[in-house]
Formats: sequence, C-alpha cells, structure tokens
Amino acid sequence: MSDKPLPAVPYLKIPEDGEPYLEGYKCGHCGATFLGERHVCSKCGARDQMSAVTLPNSGKLYSYSIVHRSFPGIAVPYVSAIVDLDDGTAIKGNLINVDPDPASIPFDMPVEVVFDDALGRKDTDGNAYLSYFFQPAASA
Amino acid sequence: MTDAYIVGVDMIKFGRFPDKTVPQIGAQAALLALDDCGLTIQDMQALYCGNLGQASGMVGQRLLQEIGQTGMPVVNVANACATGATAFREAWASVKAGLYDCVLAVGVEQMGKGLLGGGGAKVGIPKEGLLGSGTMPAVFAEAGMEHARKYGTTFEQFAKVSVKNHHHSTLNPKAMYQIETPLPEVMNAEMISYPNTKLMCSVNVDGSAAAVICSERKAKELGLMSRAVKVRASVLASDPWQERDLVMPDVNSCTRKAAKEAYEMAGLGPDDVNLVELHDCFATAEILHYENLGLCKDGEAGRLIDEGEVQLGGRIPVNVSGGLLSKGHPLGATGIANIYEVSTHLRGEAGSRQVEGAKIGLTHVIGLGSACAIHVLEKAS
Ligand SMILES: [Zn+2]
Repeated sequence: MSDKPLPAVPYLKIPEDGEPYLEGYKCGHCGATFLGERHVCSKCGARDQMSAVTLPNSGKLYSYSIVHRSFPGIAVPYVSAIVDLDDGTAIKGNLINVDPDPASIPFDMPVEVVFDDALGRKDTDGNAYLSYFFQPAASA
Repeated sequence: MTDAYIVGVDMIKFGRFPDKTVPQIGAQAALLALDDCGLTIQDMQALYCGNLGQASGMVGQRLLQEIGQTGMPVVNVANACATGATAFREAWASVKAGLYDCVLAVGVEQMGKGLLGGGGAKVGIPKEGLLGSGTMPAVFAEAGMEHARKYGTTFEQFAKVSVKNHHHSTLNPKAMYQIETPLPEVMNAEMISYPNTKLMCSVNVDGSAAAVICSERKAKELGLMSRAVKVRASVLASDPWQERDLVMPDVNSCTRKAAKEAYEMAGLGPDDVNLVELHDCFATAEILHYENLGLCKDGEAGRLIDEGEVQLGGRIPVNVSGGLLSKGHPLGATGIANIYEVSTHLRGEAGSRQVEGAKIGLTHVIGLGSACAIHVLEKAS
C-alpha cells in the first residue's frame, strides 16, 4: 500500500515536491490539446508531434447536469460539469461548493480546479486517491 | 448498381420477456418479416443480425437454429444504439453490390432495468460521481444543456417532447406503453439528471424487428413491388473530431454529417420528408436532432416543439411510433423498428397514427462512441 495518495486518473500528476496538476498533450501541428498522454493527434492525424503541457487551473463552465439518480452508494445530488480550461482543453468532473439548482449554475461561470481526496474511495489494496474538482472561482 | 427494396418488415410488440432467450426473441421478428412478404427462411441468402448484449454470442446463428439452419452466411453486428440500423445497412449493401438478391436483417435486444453507462472501474477506484457522471441520462442532459446555453431552450420545451411522444404511443399497439403523460406529470416526475426526468428517459425493454431486402429484379420476379419500400439512402458515420468530444460525446456533428450525405444520396432535402423516426433516447436528444437533421434552422428547435410542427398532423411529424421514450428502446432492435415504422406509413398501413399521404420518410439512430445511421425510404412507385 502506498503511503501517499495515488492519482485518480493518469492525467493527474503528483510531483514529489510541488503541487499536483493536470497534464495535457498538445499537438505541435494543429494545436489541439488532449487530456492525458498520446502520440497521434485525433484531430489532424499527425504523428510524434504531441508534447506534454501543464493544464491551467482555471476555466469556465460549458455545460452540466444535476445528477439526482446514480448507482447505489453514490451520494446525490451532485453536479456533473463540462469545463473549458483557459487554454481551451475540455474536461469533465464534479462541480462542488455550489447549490445543485439551475438558478445557481450560470453558463460560463468562472471555475477553478482544486485537488482533494477522492471522496474517501479506496481501491482493493486500501490505497487512497487524489482527485480533481471544480468550484466557483474565488475571485468571482 | 441495382436499387434495393424492403419487401417484408415487422417488429414484435416491445415488452419484457425474461423467460425467452435473445435468439428466440429475434426469431419472432424474423418470422413476422418473412410472413409479411410470404417468403421462407429458405429464400434468404444471408442473415445480418444486430445485437449488443451478447455481441460475442453468435446470436444470428442461434436464431437460425430456432427457425431454419440453411447454412447461409451470417454476419453478427454490434454498433451501440446503431446496431440494428447497421445490420440493416450491411444487408442493403450486399444487395446493392450484387452479392445477393434476397437477404434478411434482424435486430434484437434483451435489456435489464435501470441506468445505462457509467460502469464500475476495472483498475483503481470507481469514477462515477467523482469525475462527473457517465450515466446516459446525465450525458444526454449535458448535451441538452449545451443547446440551452446556445439558444435558451427551457426545461419545459424538453419536457414537451415526452408529452408528444407518449401521446403518439397511445396510437401504437406495438409500443411498450400507451399512456398519456401531460406536461405537469412529465416535469414533476422523479428528476433523474436535470433536465431529464424519469418520463424523459427512454424505456429499457426487450424487443426485435426484422426486414427482408431484395434487389429490384428479385422483388419484381416475386411480385412483391406493390408493398415494397425503396431504400433511397443508407448512410453510416462515425464522430468527426470535435473539441470537446473526448469528455462530452458528440451526437450532433456525427448526425449532421450522416444527414448531409443521406440527403445527397437520396437526391432530396429535409423539406421533401413527410415523417421522421429519430433517436429520442432522452427528451433532450430529440430537440438537438430537429436541427441536426435539418427539420428546422439552428436555434428553432424549441419553437418547433412549442408550435406542434413535429406532432402527428403537424408539418413534419417526428416519432409518431411513440419513439424510444414510449415505444421503448431495445438497443439492437431500435434501428430496424424505426425502419418498420416509416415503412408502415409509406405503405399506408399505420392505422390511427397514419401520416396521411406519406411518400418519403427518414430514420435516424445514434449510438455513443459514436455511430450514426440514417436511412431515407420511399414507397415504391
Ligand atoms: Zn493535430
């Protein structure tokens, strides 16, 4: 068992020293960005043009749903959100610290990416995980 | 190339059949379609069988073990919610190519109840409810909210789709449900994933549908042209790259690409179409497809549902079968069931839900992943 939390997804990076961050891959040919490692661009088909980039921790809410029914054991309601990060990368996750009410969730609301424990979820070996969440931007 | 015609087509009444096997459910529709044109399994040169739940289970061969093992070639097809339409299209292509002149396409599914999508984790920890939701009601809610952000589409407008389709289903004896659902009932039903309430989610049912496709020469030789339906276009598309499609499955660009190609292949436009059966897996989805299929301009879908243009008797009736929302959505069968519905109207045999004078109809399905199939059908002249 790891004494430090593991990343919930491969594109969440946890450096030995320093803050966790999200990693994307950017195509040197067409500029498209993707979550996670890849070697071929699915927008333009270019090979070996992808390079790792650190994704920004801020963006805007693009779309969402307020989930009231999920699988057993999953706390509801929660807000499932699609966010456009400031560099244009699209990412999906939970929008937290917001009323689960459409009136409180305006489109294009500025949000920030925060990193926290993965809601107490552990794998079969008992490892804890670090995940990412969105919340309304502090400056908003 | 020869033209291809549907000469026999039918579906079973959708429902729940836990005591039957998948091949048994599929065999029922196959026999109905054969009876519809008076042919036998011995007349079929190949079987194209669509099923998702037992995609590795040789459903087509097991279906023939139920109704006649002639040794014909069998192709088993899986392509998400476009599975049935893809099987139909493979059958059509084999006739168009001149490989065969009389073939059978079957779509069949046996479903459990409950939520689809957002399954558990194979490694690490489950992601559902941690990184948003992968459940289908939520994914299609997010797609609907994208329309809301662009055009101000309201919860009420999405809900009206369900009122319409449930109303239509009261006229369809083969639909799972025949129950009116007034607007307050739809909007006040259990919220599953805003803005989709329980009555705005398609019904998981068991079902099957089948079609017999012949070349023009064969259909004439068999004397089957009087009720034949011509396949004017058959198009399949996968999802072209879109900036958000890895986190937000894109049902729009895939449908738009297929629709454009289908209209070109058929040599007509959306104004020529008299009825549409489209993929209303959720009420939010139907709104998107009015625009994707060119039934109205971008941004006008809300008006279309408000003004009743898409209901039976309106300018362009959509989902007069009751749609996936009320007829039911047995994944692998849905594509051929849509083709049955449109064919029945073109034949003038749709009874109390008949779209009067229907000459051209369009069917549309889309499976996430994504696969979109569109067929344009016309009564043989
Ligand atoms: Zn590229």
